[in-house]
Amino acid sequence: MTYSTKISEILSVKTAGIAGAGGLGSNVAAALVRSGIGKLIIADFDTVSLPNLNRQFYFAAQTGMKKCNALKENLLAINPLARIEVHDCRVTPQNASAIFSECNIVVEAFDSAEEKSWFAEYMTGHFPRIPLVMGSGLAGRGGFERLKIQQADNLYVCGDQESDALPHAALTAPRVIMVAMMQADTVLGILLKEFNYDHHTE
Amino acid sequence: MTITLNNRQENFSGQEMTIAEIMQAKSFHFRMLVVKLNHQLIKREAYATTLVKAGDRLDIIHLVSGG
Repeated sequence: MTYSTKISEILSVKTAGIAGAGGLGSNVAAALVRSGIGKLIIADFDTVSLPNLNRQFYFAAQTGMKKCNALKENLLAINPLARIEVHDCRVTPQNASAIFSECNIVVEAFDSAEEKSWFAEYMTGHFPRIPLVMGSGLAGRGGFERLKIQQADNLYVCGDQESDALPHAALTAPRVIMVAMMQADTVLGILLKEFNYDHHTE
Repeated sequence: MTITLNNRQENFSGQEMTIAEIMQAKSFHFRMLVVKLNHQLIKREAYATTLVKAGDRLDIIHLVSGG
């Protein structure tokens, strides 16, 4: 059995949650579907708008669509057999458990630091055994050498933890997508741990 | 005292310090943080009263906007 077959086999029975379908969430979702994840559970309340297209995985013809529906469409275009469950709502402390409790791993992909904060506390407190992969510090351009992944127990934080989106820096495709890929790679690393897969293995 | 701060060994002059004092010493001034002391989540209200001792593991994560 080849490594890729074995990886697909492991990932095919895993479920990943994605909280927010903006620059981070939409790109993480695409990478995980390409990798062969068994099921994605995606929650977002927002609508695709033109300014999103500079970094988010949507297309011009989709402006005005709900992000969760547009993303499902795009993910199914990558793999028509992918299992995508979407929740068209804002994630709150009241519904987070119902949406994400069955996940093997959850990706935090919200926009604001306040949302990141309550979600980290909520998930760490209620679901300490579900790994949470967050994004923090991805605005602007350059400074790739400062991007890092910090781990504290089951909490993984990708980004430089410095470059705030507002008011000083814009969100641009290369850096946002790079942090999204760090999150997606971290997800694969965690889900494939049992197989002990890393880049040296192949 | 020596503690493990964000997976690195760090020395501080005090024998016991509160989390707030350590943040001040390190110039951590971001508004949104996740703080774990010996694997336990510490709420913001407790930063000024929670004591860190030699050998403790402290994780301080900065959360900034953008996603």
